[in-house]
Amino acid sequence: MKGAEIVIDALKKEGVNTVFGYPGGVMIPIFDVLYSTPEIRFLLTRHEQGAVHAADGYARSTGKVGVCMVTSGPGATNTITGIATAKMDSIPLVILSGQVHTNSIGTDAFQETDMVGLTRSICKHNYLIKDVNDLAKTIKEAFYIARSGRPGPVSIDLPVNVLNSKVKNYVYPENIHLPGYKPVIQGNPMQIEKLARAIERAKKPLLYTGGGIISSGATEVLHGLLDKTQIPIVVTLMGLGSIPYDHPCFLGMPGMHGTIAANKALTECDLLIAVGVRFDDRVTGPLHTFAQQATIAHIDIDAAEIGKNVKTHLPIVGDAAHVLTELTERVKPRLKDAWNDRTEYWKEKFPTRYEQKDQGTVIPQYVIDALNQVIDPEAIVVTDVGQHQMWTALYHHFRKPRHFLSSGGLGTMGFGLPAAMGAALGNPDKQVVCITGDGGLQMNIQELATCAINRFPVKIIVINNAYLGMVRQWQDLFWNKKYSQVCLKRGPDCPQECRGLDEHCPPDYIPDFVKVAEANSVKGLRAAKPGEVLPTLKKGLQHTGPVLMEFLVSREENVYPMVSAGKPLTDILTGEE
Amino acid sequence: MVEKHTIIITVTNSPGVLARISGLLFQRGYNIESAIGAPTEDPDIYKVILVVQESDEHIEQIVKQLNKLIGTIRVVDISHKDNYIVREYIILKLEVQQKNRTDLLELARHFNAHAIDIETDHIIMELSGNPRKIDRFIELVRPFGIKEYVRSGEFAMSEYQKSKKGEKNGD
Repeated sequence: MKGAEIVIDALKKEGVNTVFGYPGGVMIPIFDVLYSTPEIRFLLTRHEQGAVHAADGYARSTGKVGVCMVTSGPGATNTITGIATAKMDSIPLVILSGQVHTNSIGTDAFQETDMVGLTRSICKHNYLIKDVNDLAKTIKEAFYIARSGRPGPVSIDLPVNVLNSKVKNYVYPENIHLPGYKPVIQGNPMQIEKLARAIERAKKPLLYTGGGIISSGATEVLHGLLDKTQIPIVVTLMGLGSIPYDHPCFLGMPGMHGTIAANKALTECDLLIAVGVRFDDRVTGPLHTFAQQATIAHIDIDAAEIGKNVKTHLPIVGDAAHVLTELTERVKPRLKDAWNDRTEYWKEKFPTRYEQKDQGTVIPQYVIDALNQVIDPEAIVVTDVGQHQMWTALYHHFRKPRHFLSSGGLGTMGFGLPAAMGAALGNPDKQVVCITGDGGLQMNIQELATCAINRFPVKIIVINNAYLGMVRQWQDLFWNKKYSQVCLKRGPDCPQECRGLDEHCPPDYIPDFVKVAEANSVKGLRAAKPGEVLPTLKKGLQHTGPVLMEFLVSREENVYPMVSAGKPLTDILTGEE
Repeated sequence: MVEKHTIIITVTNSPGVLARISGLLFQRGYNIESAIGAPTEDPDIYKVILVVQESDEHIEQIVKQLNKLIGTIRVVDISHKDNYIVREYIILKLEVQQKNRTDLLELARHFNAHAIDIETDHIIMELSGNPRKIDRFIELVRPFGIKEYVRSGEFAMSEYQKSKKGEKNGD
């Protein structure tokens, strides 16, 4: 059997029926086998970055390993951003990249790059296969490593001669031999017992949960724990969807653009139970000001996360679902008390809000909020990165895990559209809505064609303020309104030092997104007035194919609440007088 | 407290393993003072011995991150353990005059250092021993004039019976 055939057989054995990618010279042997493999659907994107984000969106929405297949050199390097994105958010991917002939490695051959060297710091593990006899074993290991423990991307570099070499007696291995890799699943019972007792003693316990709840499938267990203990909970961007937006214990997202209730609770709690989170700086603010009153318990499958950023008093290494199941059994029921009342008071007193007037410009928050009225409750919502992402996190009504996909850790602009495409392919029965900005969309806008040609009915909502809004917001608040290189309308006639809108501002929006959509056989709609928002959303969501709905919004709207970088979570800007 | 730590990493023998380890430390901003990597009595097992100068919290994080590498079988920070034999090897090229050659050779004998090559104006010597002994030897020969030296970096072995393969952490 030829190496290329082994790769395809191995993918089938791993249950892979969908691959995202782009062909190229050294990968032709594999594409030659794919040609007559109807069991595997290959999605040809228009850019390798689109392929890797699509594989990521597929993985996030289905829970399966996303597979991406690209050629050597530029094909491989174009996946780098996507691999780093998946690593930061612990998403299981296997990236198969072509490589030049093993005899040419190191000679700067045509389309040669050192993929193993390039990906070393941004993937969970990587391989360069030099012997066709290692191929099956390596692919088996790669899938196992990608999906087990703390999931992550694994890259495999495949030299063309390995793909063309033959193996005499090919058998796909059954067992894996990785003596150094044994993820800890069960938490230490003594530690869990200690945590159960700590919860009983605590006057102000708080759960702080993240993406680990979703990747370990711990949603229901978590709901069970909340039913039994009524502990107030804050959920990070990566964890949104694991608790329904209207759950009585849910205080919202914490951190820089978190809700006031969530940040107040983090500051006041006396026991912080962190589960599947990594104390990201966008959540904690300065570490010496974070949760000062609290005993900190940290449950994580990755021992290296515990104690990495904050001093942990009660470490528990293990899988969130297992540990929380045992914790729920051991903990005594807890009734709502003064602490719950206090957190609920904050929720009521400091809601996240906006004001949309009937006339004038459309407020971006209103578009996101209005979507709640018309979106299918089962829909998968994908965002890009920037202001619209934070507004979605604050205003969207999250209901279920794996129904909200967003690039959290790396904050990758250009993630939205391709990830939505991957989600659409993985969930043909679900509505997929991509909320993006005019900046992020243009970073992978070529995938509109992929959506149209494959009839992926992705509903794209473009919040267009003709600004790189999040950077503009920082320049507005902290850099004396010096809007340097954030205006997407800026042309040669603009003044060198622009501080925002004036009569010189060019009226045109370039590109015309509706025309771009139509040119790609995607339906294009536009709303520029408040009264047009709901009808446009309705019309767009009802359309059967892919749609791009452009919303021209007030240009200088900021995301609030906001905690300035370097400030403690108590130091909240609300944007109100 | 920032101090020197010697860390023994037992890994599966695979290409690029040293690059993975050094890359990991560099990527997270830690400096490696010395690193030795070599195969062991078991062809599947490779050992890397690192010396790093970092605070205790950083060392804890380094050990955890090293443990996270897929090929890592065991990571031990031996700095505060006395049941390890730690050795280092050095070759020195020393300036020497006719008049003080005897003094130098006498000093060398005391340290069990060997002269590998003796020329009219210099002597090449080798010495192995625990790193403190090597540091001390360097200080004592410095007045003679050091032209050049190379140190191997530290390597170490437990005095106890070897533990089973496949165990992470622990001692």
